Amino acid sequence: MYVTNETPMTTSSNSAIKMTARDVNVYYGEKHALKGVSIDVRADEVTAFIGPSGCGKSTFLRCLNRMNDTVAAARVTGDIQLDGENIYDRKMDVVQLRARVGMVFQKPNPFPKSIYENIAYGPRIHGLAKSKADLDEIVATSLRKAGLWDEVKDRLNDSGTALSGGQQQRLCIARAIAVNPEVILMDEPCSALDPIATAKIEELIEDLRGRYAIVIVTHNMQQAARVSQKTAFFHLGDLVEYGPTSEIFTNPKKDKTKDYITGRYG
Amino acid sequence: MGSMHTVKSFDEDLRQLRSYISQMGGLAEAQIMGAIEALSGRDPEMARTIVERDRAIDDLEVEAERHAIMTIARRQPLADDLREVISALKIAALLERIADYAKNIAKRATVLSQTEPVQPMVIIPEMGRTVTHMLKDVLDAYGSRDADKARAVWERDKNVDDFYNSLFRSLLTYMMENPQKITPSTHVMFIAKNLERIGDHATNIAEIIYFNVTGNYMETDRPKSDETAYTIVGKTAE
Repeated sequence: MYVTNETPMTTSSNSAIKMTARDVNVYYGEKHALKGVSIDVRADEVTAFIGPSGCGKSTFLRCLNRMNDTVAAARVTGDIQLDGENIYDRKMDVVQLRARVGMVFQKPNPFPKSIYENIAYGPRIHGLAKSKADLDEIVATSLRKAGLWDEVKDRLNDSGTALSGGQQQRLCIARAIAVNPEVILMDEPCSALDPIATAKIEELIEDLRGRYAIVIVTHNMQQAARVSQKTAFFHLGDLVEYGPTSEIFTNPKKDKTKDYITGRYG
Repeated sequence: MGSMHTVKSFDEDLRQLRSYISQMGGLAEAQIMGAIEALSGRDPEMARTIVERDRAIDDLEVEAERHAIMTIARRQPLADDLREVISALKIAALLERIADYAKNIAKRATVLSQTEPVQPMVIIPEMGRTVTHMLKDVLDAYGSRDADKARAVWERDKNVDDFYNSLFRSLLTYMMENPQKITPSTHVMFIAKNLERIGDHATNIAEIIYFNVTGNYMETDRPKSDETAYTIVGKTAE
């Protein structure tokens, strides 16, 4: 164990904290998948979770918008707050929560509908648009923010699934943005993309930073080094080290972190 | 760096880089000793050999740099690996410079072999040995990744500065008393300055090693005592 309940691994304690996790444990049946993780996520930063497969990084990410609720065998303990509100509170509306804490997955998963509908669906069910004009505006703005507008503005009625992989992923990011989230979780958003599409997503992440708190799980260490300001290294369910990205990748404090990022692990 | 990389050829790249540095270091050391020997033996033939041999170190520096750039491009080294590659780049540049100083000493040895001996020069061989030992020890510290040893070398630069101060003063006095020997004396002065610079470079290497091994910067207030920049002889009474 590297983390105690009382002392979260954080490097700054000032106001811009968007989410806090304290002593979070996850069990899949008998398996203790995440062990007492405490962490703060800042609103104005990109936070990267790295670690070998099965280290708990995706499990933890999925705690942040209660995606683990959908896994029958999963049990989550501890405290996770969004702007000081306990997201596991009985009164918390999970649908609302997942709009505030949006998610982008490893494999682009657009709805089998038009590009327009992919974006419009969320705002419509959340009642964010009063009129068709409102909705058009939200669709255009979201696609612009996701850097996809110029590529699709003339074919908004084409199917979202007809786009290239990289475009589909940006469409999914636009879809997440459309409901005005505060936090965007990304679970290996580039691992199914080629290097050019990956670069576009990274550029987009850089663009979105500041407007949304972004938490990204990635297997690509260079990607974590490029896009994030804070990096957390997970290993076998423990949060081993959490700190400024610049330090984690140049002078990690823990041997385990060092071995992992320099390619000496296992 | 204890354990091996999962990708073995990465280890081989880093080993090769260290090997370039060791070779350069060994050559630079030999060049300083050779230059001093040519000087005290008044041996222009030997001086010429030293001057010619500088080329080998220049070539090695180019090789080391090329290899470091290739390693960064192909491996994207991180943490201690990144420090290792950057350190090697910087040390290679410093060793190349050290070798240049040795070459310059050898050139001046050629001139000095044709002129009357300059008495204060007797201190040069000892100063040369001190500097060579510093370089040797700092290269050992590099080889064994020994931050403490690097630091110890760093602290020894004061001795070289002391040599230089004392030689500077005695040369000024000597030139005033023997104006006809100003030319060879000036060459000796530059030789001393070259050795002093080699000492400085050895301490720079020590700092780089310290950073490479620990990941932290050594505090930079080195015990310094080169006061010659402020020295006036014969003008004010001291």
